[in-house]
Amino acid sequence: MSILVGRDTRLIVQGITGKEGLFHAIGCREYGTDVAGGVTPGKGGSTVEGFPVWDSVVQARRATDCNTSLIFVPPPFAADAIMEAADAGVELIVCITEGIPVADMVRVRTFLAGRNSRLLGPNCPGLITPGQAKVGIMPGHIHARGNVGVISRSGTLTYEAVWQLTNEGLGQTTCVGIGGDPVAGTSFIDVLALFAEDETTEAIVLIGEIGGTAEEEAADWIREHLDIPVVGFIAGATAPPGRRMGHAGAIVAGGKGTAAEKKAALAAAGVLVVDSPAEMGARTAAALAS
Amino acid sequence: MKIHEFQAKEILRRFGARVPQGKVIEHPGQAAEICRDFGGRSVVKAQIHAGGRGQGGGVKLAASPEEAERLAGEILGMQLTTHQTGPEGQQVRKVLIEEALDIEQELYLGVTLDRAAACPVLMASRSGGMDIEEVARTEPDAILRELIDPQLGVLPFQCRRIASGLGFSGGTARQIQAAVASVVAAYLETDASLVEINPLMVDPQGDVYALDAKMNFDDNAMFRRREIAELRDVHEENPLEVEASGHGISYIKLDGSIGCMVNGAGLAMATMDIIKLVGSEPANFLDVGGSASQEAVESAFRIILSDEAVKAVLINIFGGIARTDRIARGVVAAIEELAAAGSPVGVPVVVRLEGTNVEEGREVLERAGFDFIVAGSMGEAAQRAVEALGA
Repeated sequence: MSILVGRDTRLIVQGITGKEGLFHAIGCREYGTDVAGGVTPGKGGSTVEGFPVWDSVVQARRATDCNTSLIFVPPPFAADAIMEAADAGVELIVCITEGIPVADMVRVRTFLAGRNSRLLGPNCPGLITPGQAKVGIMPGHIHARGNVGVISRSGTLTYEAVWQLTNEGLGQTTCVGIGGDPVAGTSFIDVLALFAEDETTEAIVLIGEIGGTAEEEAADWIREHLDIPVVGFIAGATAPPGRRMGHAGAIVAGGKGTAAEKKAALAAAGVLVVDSPAEMGARTAAALAS
Repeated sequence: MKIHEFQAKEILRRFGARVPQGKVIEHPGQAAEICRDFGGRSVVKAQIHAGGRGQGGGVKLAASPEEAERLAGEILGMQLTTHQTGPEGQQVRKVLIEEALDIEQELYLGVTLDRAAACPVLMASRSGGMDIEEVARTEPDAILRELIDPQLGVLPFQCRRIASGLGFSGGTARQIQAAVASVVAAYLETDASLVEINPLMVDPQGDVYALDAKMNFDDNAMFRRREIAELRDVHEENPLEVEASGHGISYIKLDGSIGCMVNGAGLAMATMDIIKLVGSEPANFLDVGGSASQEAVESAFRIILSDEAVKAVLINIFGGIARTDRIARGVVAAIEELAAAGSPVGVPVVVRLEGTNVEEGREVLERAGFDFIVAGSMGEAAQRAVEALGA
């Protein structure tokens, strides 16, 4: 079992004729994902690397019955691409684009309210159900099928965690990158709730970082709703306040969002918090063994 | 992106806020005449991006034009140290000479993003002049909040609710409502990430002024805000950080001695954290970008090593899509290039590579002319870097 993506995923890529979009469309297809084609306005009717291209998401959906879209559109146009996909009724929209203005994402959130689409990201690596479907930019081969769910605000740090798990002999149900921006489509809680309903997920690794209060909210939810082990790590314990650490959302501001606060909140909710990022895999293995 | 107080006040004035009369100067000789125009009394305010300028001695009241000139002379050129500048302080290149107004009451007004609600939030408090973070900690109920619908802007009833919530009626309340409308409009129409009037001042006649102003902007939106982007003052930024951003590298200088080069922001923070856990301090945050190309690695080395406190470098690259052996060749080439250019890497370099083709990647490092310390895991890399410091 898995969440959000799997064998029934039928994917289109928005921005498929761009360098990055095409590269990762091929990567997803090679992993085994059903990539039905892509969208680039003005290039409809053409074909790239065997992928049919449409001018609009509506056309692509009509032709392919796609249920998932992966977005590589440049930042000034990315919000529009998300809303176009939602308007076309695409169920899962995964936005990889980094650098979308916050005001645009605020508008996107308003637009999505009351529609049936789920947005993952932006500024995220996407998600993968090992052995079934990869919808994102992560290296597929580090993953293995198994029973650990992974949720993260980060990219390469997620790969680190997954790699540790795989080396411990622990495969994953689904690994979900929710992204490093201050306003995103999917929260920790949304994904935790999906894992809670997935019978095959026996443990969860949750990787947060400084900034905002998403981890604290997740901690409250975990205390109320989860009875499987959750291993947590928060990046940025050494980050100085007031400085944005790469990700737009990774900033300790207004005295809020410190790693210490987040770790304390998670620990109080029963999460097995590790201080060292090198121990994420081993801690999960220990939790599942006990 | 940050801007100066005088620039923020100019923007707020355009959106209808009442701000004191003032002029910015770079030479003290102009101060006396400006002060005379304001009736012989003025406030001399250092223009640097950091807060806490008053406590640092960067804001002074002048009782005469002569004093204004003397104070401007003292403040211009000084290294102003505040709790936000770091111990080395920030050089003052501009001062704002403003009319001196009598203060009856000081309020706080600010707009920022409410991340949980995913929309802007207006905050107001009767504890003006104080650090709002301190107010939030000690008396959270003393802060009035209004969520803003970005399509609609702030609504008149919300402005009235703030003014009455702050305890005002009549003409002063109307002026506060106008100030509220102006900060929200300025926030929404400039892609700001923060607008703050602290204090919003009420004078003995009941008139309302923005006595201090601060605006920060969303870097990602500056492509469509040319007029705002032009207000950037690179003198206020760390030159290494400016250079790094020119190469697509995200770099923040810190105080430790282990320079870090990592791909990805989350992994970069985690690497800093693990250095601290094994008993040392990171010299910087550095995200070299997802692909860690040879060019990026070369620039990253130059930037890291220009910090003389760096005694060892830790490279932690998780090769995702990019193959590890290619990244390793890029690292080796970057080191050779630096040596050829006359600035060889003179400190121990610990490398931890992970991902596709990792065996070949490590072989490339071990065969190289440079004596890399190759580590197998994050924990080992941090340990080896700390050992290398003592060697």
